Amino acid sequence: MTPHFTLLSRVLHWLMAVLILAMLFIGVAMVSSLSDYHRLVSIHKPIGALILVLVAIRLINRLLHPPPPLPAGMPAILRFAAHASHWLLYALMVALPLVGWGMLSAGGYPINLVGSFHLPPILPHSSALYALLRPAHTLLAYLLFATFLVHLGAALAHAFLFKDGVFESMTR
Amino acid sequence: MSLNSPSRPDPRYSLPALLAPASLAKLVLIGVIVLVLAGLFAWAGGWLSPGKLDQTRIIDTFQDVNGPHPGFRRNHAKGVCLVGAFESNGAGARLSRALVFKLGSVPVIGRFALAGGMPMTADGPAAVRSMALQFDLPNGEMWRTGMNDIPVFPFKDTSAFYAQLATGLPDPKTGKPDPEAMKRFAAAHPDFVKAFALIRSKPFSSGFANAPYNGLNAFLLTDAGGKVTPVRWSMVPVDAFEPQPASAPADKNYLFDALAARVQKAPAQWHLILTVGQPGDPTNDATLPWPDGREQVDAGLLNVTRITSEAEGNCRDINFDPLVLPSGIAGSDDPLLAARSAAYSTSFNRREGEPKIPSAVQVPGGK
Repeated sequence: MTPHFTLLSRVLHWLMAVLILAMLFIGVAMVSSLSDYHRLVSIHKPIGALILVLVAIRLINRLLHPPPPLPAGMPAILRFAAHASHWLLYALMVALPLVGWGMLSAGGYPINLVGSFHLPPILPHSSALYALLRPAHTLLAYLLFATFLVHLGAALAHAFLFKDGVFESMTR
Repeated sequence: MSLNSPSRPDPRYSLPALLAPASLAKLVLIGVIVLVLAGLFAWAGGWLSPGKLDQTRIIDTFQDVNGPHPGFRRNHAKGVCLVGAFESNGAGARLSRALVFKLGSVPVIGRFALAGGMPMTADGPAAVRSMALQFDLPNGEMWRTGMNDIPVFPFKDTSAFYAQLATGLPDPKTGKPDPEAMKRFAAAHPDFVKAFALIRSKPFSSGFANAPYNGLNAFLLTDAGGKVTPVRWSMVPVDAFEPQPASAPADKNYLFDALAARVQKAPAQWHLILTVGQPGDPTNDATLPWPDGREQVDAGLLNVTRITSEAEGNCRDINFDPLVLPSGIAGSDDPLLAARSAAYSTSFNRREGEPKIPSAVQVPGGK
């Protein structure tokens, strides 16, 4: 039996995987949809806030329960790629909701989540800040989607090519 | 795996192992899965359907029709900011639990503008005038609305709106709009012809301060008990109606200058009138007026106390998206609301990043 992630780690991973993938598709679809733009933005904001909460829990959980070690025979270059891509994923999971929140603040938008519940602005109303953060949100989202594709490809390689137990450490 | 020494790489990760026929087939399959997901993402983002009618195309077309005017709104480009307050009389609370309808006062900022995408255009008698407002509710919620001084909207859906906009596109052969294009559009859109006749049948007022501004699209109000009521709202001026002068004054900004002078003397005021829809009244078609005699609720008085020039951080940098609504007010099934929300956002994203030049109307002392 290979070492595997704790139950909480696995639940957080798969829950966030679904949410983040959904968010990436909602985000890219809403900016080119006239009829569904508002509907999609209205769910994009609360899910983004939820992801920010979940990633905070996840990082704390990771400190308390470090992930199982990578297989001993994995070459250094793959180990580096694995570690670097994971920290990039974490960084983007934190950055995207924060940039989204900051960009709405700088744009003077209310940050409605559900009903009358909303978040306060975290930045001043500023055209220059908005002009910086709005495109940054898009670019970081593309980077997150690209990193996700690499992550998925690597996970499948572990499962079907290397058969080294790494994939299973997150699936059971 | 535990048998492998950490110092010696496991051969299963080696290139020859990956390039063995069985592995190569799996590698290709993984590549296909990744590419299919990337393709789905591109499809969701509209990259596989170039030319579909989306917010980018609408705003591009505004730019093509009006020419480039960086830093300005792509529509309702010429305007000034307003500052004021809304004094709610509490009467609207019967229809909506939104805090704005509770007895009391909320600060308002907003914008008066001329419809059209030319920020330096001369004021004139034919231009549609607009009032956009942001109500800042005490709990931090906002209500934004954009209203026009016409009784109905001339286009019932996005494709009609776009088709009319596109009649202003220059013909590639002549470099000018095709004069027949508007006739062809009218022939194909009887709703437009009817709505336009209704718009022309009511005389425009002489200025911004004595014009009524109509929300045009229907919205849904929800009361404290959860009951939903369709409404259309209007800002009805306290200043008496006066017809337009026979000929437009020479001053390029005569409408805006008169507004600033009027507000300098005393606050300009409007009653917020909620017209209550009955079952069967169309909520999804802003070209159709609701029958006369519908109940009208006067929800309170808007006081516009100051007019200022557009500048950093004031109304210039607000997207008056009509679907920025507090709890208790929601959009109806009118397709134009979603389209306005989407297109305004694209216009906002572009102009906020563009270099700014001063707006046409500079109000003396008004920053």
